[in-house]
Amino acid sequence: MAKKVVALILAGGQGTRLGLLTDEVAKPAVPFGGKYRIIDFSLSNCVNSGISAVGVLTQYRPHILSRHIGIGRPWDLDRKDGGVVILPPFIAQGDSNWYKGTANAVFQNIDFVDAFNPELLVILSGDHIYSMDYNEMIDYHLSKGATGTVACMRVPLSEAQRFGMMITDFENKITDFQEKPKEPKSDLASLGIYVFDWKFLRERLIQDEKDPESNNDFGKNILPKIVEDNAGKLFAFVFEGYWRDVGTIESLWEANIELTRPIPPFNLHDPSWRFYTQTEEYLPAYVGTSSHVRNSLINEGAEIYGRVENSVIFQGVQIGEGSVVKDSVVMTNSKIGRNVVIERGIVGEETFVKDGVVLGYGDEVPHETQPHIYSAGIVVVGSDVVIPQNTKIGRNSAILNHVREEDFEGDVEGGKTISPKA
Amino acid sequence: MKVLGIILAGGRGEYLSSLTQVRTSAALPVYGKYRSIDFTLSNMVNAGISKVGIITQYSPRSLMDHIGSGKEWDLDRKQGGLFILQPYYSPYNPSMGYKGTADALFQNINILRRGNEDSVLIGSGDHIFKTDLTKIFRYHLDTAADITVLTGEKEGECGTEGMDRVVCRNGRIVEWIEKEKIAENPQEGDCVALGIYFINKFLLRELLYSAVPNGENELVKGIISPNLSSLNVREYRYNGYWRDIKLSKRCYFRTNLDILDPEIRRELFYENGRVFTKLKDLPPPKITGTAYMNNSVIADGCVIGGRIEDSVLFRDTRVMAGATVKNSVLLEGCLVEEGAYIENVIMDKYCTVRLGRSFVGETEDPTVIEKHGVI
Repeated sequence: MAKKVVALILAGGQGTRLGLLTDEVAKPAVPFGGKYRIIDFSLSNCVNSGISAVGVLTQYRPHILSRHIGIGRPWDLDRKDGGVVILPPFIAQGDSNWYKGTANAVFQNIDFVDAFNPELLVILSGDHIYSMDYNEMIDYHLSKGATGTVACMRVPLSEAQRFGMMITDFENKITDFQEKPKEPKSDLASLGIYVFDWKFLRERLIQDEKDPESNNDFGKNILPKIVEDNAGKLFAFVFEGYWRDVGTIESLWEANIELTRPIPPFNLHDPSWRFYTQTEEYLPAYVGTSSHVRNSLINEGAEIYGRVENSVIFQGVQIGEGSVVKDSVVMTNSKIGRNVVIERGIVGEETFVKDGVVLGYGDEVPHETQPHIYSAGIVVVGSDVVIPQNTKIGRNSAILNHVREEDFEGDVEGGKTISPKA
Repeated sequence: MKVLGIILAGGRGEYLSSLTQVRTSAALPVYGKYRSIDFTLSNMVNAGISKVGIITQYSPRSLMDHIGSGKEWDLDRKQGGLFILQPYYSPYNPSMGYKGTADALFQNINILRRGNEDSVLIGSGDHIFKTDLTKIFRYHLDTAADITVLTGEKEGECGTEGMDRVVCRNGRIVEWIEKEKIAENPQEGDCVALGIYFINKFLLRELLYSAVPNGENELVKGIISPNLSSLNVREYRYNGYWRDIKLSKRCYFRTNLDILDPEIRRELFYENGRVFTKLKDLPPPKITGTAYMNNSVIADGCVIGGRIEDSVLFRDTRVMAGATVKNSVLLEGCLVEEGAYIENVIMDKYCTVRLGRSFVGETEDPTVIEKHGVI
C-alpha cells in the first residue's frame, strides 16, 4: 500500500430494528455466523487489506464490543505503530459530547486521525457482512483522481427506498443524491463505505460542524454538500461482491441461514480472506449417535444428539436427543433439552430451552406492538433466558433477555412479547 | 503456587512409525485440534504456574510453531513465562545434545538457580491427563516428601508395556524398575509411575550436581532410583484418565477415539479449567445436505459431505459427498474425495484419498498414512 491509510469504523449504532437482540449490545457486537460478531467482518477486511491503523467509534452499549475487540490481538492489531483504538465519545474543553451523527463522530476524532498524518481516510460501518479488498477501492479512488469515493452496489429499484442512492454520470462521477427515494433515478445504492483524501474531508467536516442546520451525517449532509458546492470530485465505486446490511431480524436470520447452503453466496471458508474473531477455547464439535445433521454449521464445543437442519449452531451449544432444530440460529453456550422443536428461531446466548418446548408453532400472526421488528414468522429468544418444560411459543413472538421460568404463564401465542417481571 | 514447571518434550516416541518421524511426541496432534503438550501445559497454567521451561531436542519445529511465544497459555510474560530449553553447543559441551533427562536439566541448571520457586514440577509433553495440580502439590507439602510421584494402577487401553513399575509401601516408593510391565497378578503395592513429579528445587539441584558430572544422565535411573532409601519419595495415586500416547500406534489411535466418550470429554475438557491450544481462526465446520454423521468429532474448518462414523476429524478436513470414513483419525488438512472409503486408518496431515479408492486397516493395528500421502 503506497499511501498512508487510516480506517475509522462507525460502531455506535443501536440497530433498533434488531429488537431484543440489541437491547444490551450494539449492533456491531451482535453474534453472527457461528462464532463471529458483526464487526469482525469490517475489521478483518481492514487487516486483510493491509490497513493496520483502525479506530472503532463506539457509543451505544459499548461493553461487549470493547471487550470483544480488546487490544485487537485476534486481528494482529496489537501493534506498536497504529493498531486498533476504541474511540468513545468524550468531553473536552468546548462542547464535545455524544456523537450527533456519522460526520460529527469523525469530526470529534480529527485529532486521532491527524496523529497518523494519513493521506487517505477510509470510513466504514461496523454493521455489515461482506468481504472487500479496500485496496481495489483505494486504487480506483487514486486512478480517478477523486477527492472522495463511495462504494455502491446495484440494487433492484424496488429496494431503493431502503438506501441512499447515487446518481452518476458516464464516468461514475456522482452528480446527485437521493436519500431513500420512492422514485429512484438510479440503481446505485451507497454501502456506507467511503474513501476520502483526508485534508479535503477534514475541511469539509469543520465546515459542516459550523452549520447549525446540519444533521452532521455523511449521507445526508457531507456528500450532497460536496456536490452542491462543486468542491471536490466524488466517484461511485461499484462493488459486485456479497454485501448485507443485517439490520433487521429477518435479514440477520437470512444471512445466517445463507451460510448453510451447499455453495454459500458468502464464503467463510476462503483461505485467502479469513475472518478473525475473539473466541473462547472450546473442544471440537461432537455429533452423537442418535443425531441427524444436514446443511448446517456446527461450531466447536457443540454437542449434538438431535436433528439439525439448515441451521447455524454456535460454540458450546448442546442439543438433546429427539430435538429438532430447523432453519434456526442458536447462539453461544445455549442448551436445548430433549424433544424440543425449534423452527425459524433465533435463540440468544446462554439460554436454556427445557425439554419438550416448541418454538414457532401455529399460524403467523403479526406482532402485537412491533410488527415491523418481529416478523417473517421468526421466534426470537433473548440471552440468559430459561424456557420452562413443554411451553409452546407461537411465531413472531419475542422472549426478552433474562426471562425466567416464572415469567411464563403457560403457552405463548404468536406475536406476543414476554418480559422479565423483576 | 511457587513452582517451576519443566516439561520434557525432547523425546521421539519411536513406536509410532511415521507419525513421529516428522515431529516430536510432544507435538503429536490429538482430539481434533490439540497437540499432546497442551494438556500438561494447560494443567500447569491452570494451577497457577507461570514459569515453564520446555526441554526440546528431537525434531522440535512443529512444537515450536505450536507454542510460539506462549500467548495462548498466557505465558508471554515479563516475569517468568515460557522458556524453551533447547540443546546447544558450549565450550563445556562440545558434543551437542542432551544425553538424558538429568543431563538436560543439568545443562539448564540456570533455570533452577534463578527465580523464587521452592519446588519443581517435572512433567512430560506426551501425557494426556487433566487434573488440579494444586491438590497434588498440597499433598506433596503435607507429607513433607522430598519427591512426590504420580502413580497409577489401572490397566488402560494402552497397557503398561514400556512404562516404569514401582513398588510402594505405605505410600512410600521403595523400588523403581524401569520399563518393566506389571505382572499378570500384581503384588500388593505394585503400580506404574506416570512420569510426573514434584521435587524440591534445591534438592534437585544437589542431586544433579552430585550425579551428572559422574556420568549419570537419567533422572530416574541415575538419580531417583539409587536414592530411594535415603529420600522420602512418595506416591500420589492418580485415578483419573491418563494416557501416554507414545507407547504404541494403537495407543495413539485409541486415545484419539476416546474423545467420543462423553465421560472422558467431561473429564478432559469441562473439569479443572480449560485446555488451551494454538488458535487458527478457521471458519465453523460445515455439514452439507449429503452428509451423514454418527458419533464423531469435527474441528474448525471441516467441510463434510460424506458419511462419517466413529471418527475424529481434525481441522480443515474435507470429506466429499459419497465418501465414507469409519473408525478413523484424520489429522489436519486431509481430503477424502468422492466415493472413497477408509476404515481403521490414521491419516497424518494433508493426506489425500483419491476418488473411489478404498483403504481398510485392521481394528487392532490401524494403518498410518504418512504426511502428505496420497492414496
